[in-house]
Amino acid sequence: MSDIQTWALIFVAASFALYIGIAWRSRVKETKGFFVAEQNIPAVANGAAVAADWMSAASFISMAGLIAFLGSDGSIYLMGWTGGYVLLALLLAPYLRKWGKFTVPEFVGDRFSETVRSVSAVVAIIVSFTYVVGQMAGGGIVFSRFLQVEQGAGVAIAAAVIFAYAVFGGMKGITWTQVAQYTVLIVAYLIPAWAVAHTMTGFPVPQISFGEILAELNRIGAEFGLPVYTEAFTARPQIDVFLVTLSLMIGTAGLPHVIIRFYTTKTVRGARYSALWALIFIGLLYTTAPAVGAFTKLNLLNGVQGAAVDALPSWVQNWMATGLITVGEGVNTIGTVSNDPTSGADMIINNDILVLASPEIAGLPAPIVGLVAAGGLAAAMSTAAGLLLVISSSASHDLYFRYVDHHASEARRLLVSRIAMGIAVLVAIYFGINPPAFVAQVVAFAFGLAASTFFPILLLGIFWKRANAAGAVSGMLTGLVFTATYMIYTLPVFGTQANDHIMGVSPEGIGAIGAVVNLVVTVIVSLATRPPSHEVQEMVENIRYPAVARRTGTSA
Amino acid sequence: MADTNESPPGGAPPPDGGGVALPENGWRKEYWKKNLRLMVVLLVVWFAVSFGAGILFVEQLNEIVIAGFPLGFWFAQQGSIYTFILLILIYALRMDKLDDEYGVSERNDDGSRS
Repeated sequence: MSDIQTWALIFVAASFALYIGIAWRSRVKETKGFFVAEQNIPAVANGAAVAADWMSAASFISMAGLIAFLGSDGSIYLMGWTGGYVLLALLLAPYLRKWGKFTVPEFVGDRFSETVRSVSAVVAIIVSFTYVVGQMAGGGIVFSRFLQVEQGAGVAIAAAVIFAYAVFGGMKGITWTQVAQYTVLIVAYLIPAWAVAHTMTGFPVPQISFGEILAELNRIGAEFGLPVYTEAFTARPQIDVFLVTLSLMIGTAGLPHVIIRFYTTKTVRGARYSALWALIFIGLLYTTAPAVGAFTKLNLLNGVQGAAVDALPSWVQNWMATGLITVGEGVNTIGTVSNDPTSGADMIINNDILVLASPEIAGLPAPIVGLVAAGGLAAAMSTAAGLLLVISSSASHDLYFRYVDHHASEARRLLVSRIAMGIAVLVAIYFGINPPAFVAQVVAFAFGLAASTFFPILLLGIFWKRANAAGAVSGMLTGLVFTATYMIYTLPVFGTQANDHIMGVSPEGIGAIGAVVNLVVTVIVSLATRPPSHEVQEMVENIRYPAVARRTGTSA
Repeated sequence: MADTNESPPGGAPPPDGGGVALPENGWRKEYWKKNLRLMVVLLVVWFAVSFGAGILFVEQLNEIVIAGFPLGFWFAQQGSIYTFILLILIYALRMDKLDDEYGVSERNDDGSRS
């Protein structure tokens, strides 16, 4: 695979040079540039930045494979990670942009109270850290797989590049590199996908052509003892599919690193169109992923069915060398296939293979495989940078300046924010190289916590003037404790024992119930205590209308 | 939970958020009501397509097969995403119109969209 290695090196180096170049051009001199990119990002560019910010290493590398093995129930990720944008566009983004300051905790601070702001800042930091560790590790994996660089060194290299543009350019540098990263990752994803679709069906649009192979996939899957591919609820019960989808949707709408991306547009209208562009850009990958999953799975099953172990297709043998495809001991011909290492199937396949191997399946040349490496890194780095900005802004803007350094000058604020960003990068490198054992499981935490803490109080804060500080604090804390308790109860984290799911609800799905708990508690406590002050109600009134002042003479 | 202490004294205004330009508050209510109505209609479609067609009635819809796709499966893995995009497009366009109608769209000094 040395040819592939050379091309991967070329593409990765070229893309890094591009990011550094952009970083140099978007240096900032004030906090408004550092936190919200001077609020002058055009809607299309912001949409691309949201898409890159959102789509992580997991979306790029693992999702197609995950869907291929979940079958129809893979829709939890497809709908869950796109439907949240409808909620963002209609319920949050335009209003938060009109309010127009720097962070999510700052909004709830203005709307509710300083206590709510501090709690939010801490939750934002926790949520973002659990998420960023996975991105760092993902970047390291791409390095070790394609460039034969040790994983730890890979993490450090990727982080050094992020450090360069995030510390100097802040949100402005991050935004423009994310635009470039989106371009790299979508090109790297679509070329192999279109080629695979063309190879297998003769029609290059995967979204349309994967329909014709579904029947065959169902048939061959049955011969391998796999559940029917297009049949719903084979992987999870219906109630859990419902709740996980809902949790991922409202979790998406409540994740601080996604929300702050809408603070950077020029106008309220720009925030609405940013959401539109973002979902178009995300949808491009998300409608392609299930097709890639189906095509590569069919190709794989066809290739290995009944085959002797020493006569497998060449791409399977190539990836066996990396340990991502393994064949059980003493197996002569392949009769069963699984993605679960504990299943005892004849052949165990890592989810990541279905994207990584797609260029080879389609017979594409080595440069394309190299491009996929650069795409995977772009996905990991763009998400990591967005998360690091949330950590830095929460730590400096929402905590440090309020509790420690009250009267910092503008120059000092910028310096401290940069230092906070630098420290966050270092901590992320450490955990990226030494990921805590429970890291795979805590990613579910990030969504569940965002869903059960931020989304309900932001929603009520905007749409219900009567919601007050006491309600928001009680709602947030109850939602947080409820959700975290169930997750710890059902997941073997922090050394605790995993218990059975209650009524089929998985820990990934509990965030939706946590959000409802938060909502109900906020409403009840708000009604039982005094309404918010006149000024606060006026602020809520004002964020409802895009223009600063009404233009008379045009009205109905 | 000592939060209640932080709300400034002086009691709260009427719950309806009045006090802002009282005499001509009519247009505000009307604008907001139209915004909410649009929002609710779009969210009903959002729910019907994703949770309805993609989850609750997926098995019934799977009986219908178009171009190889069982319909419920198609909604769950393709159709819902296209619908989401369409919903945001309709929202953005309708809100542009609504903002103009009530004179609250963001304009530069020369009247062009900012």
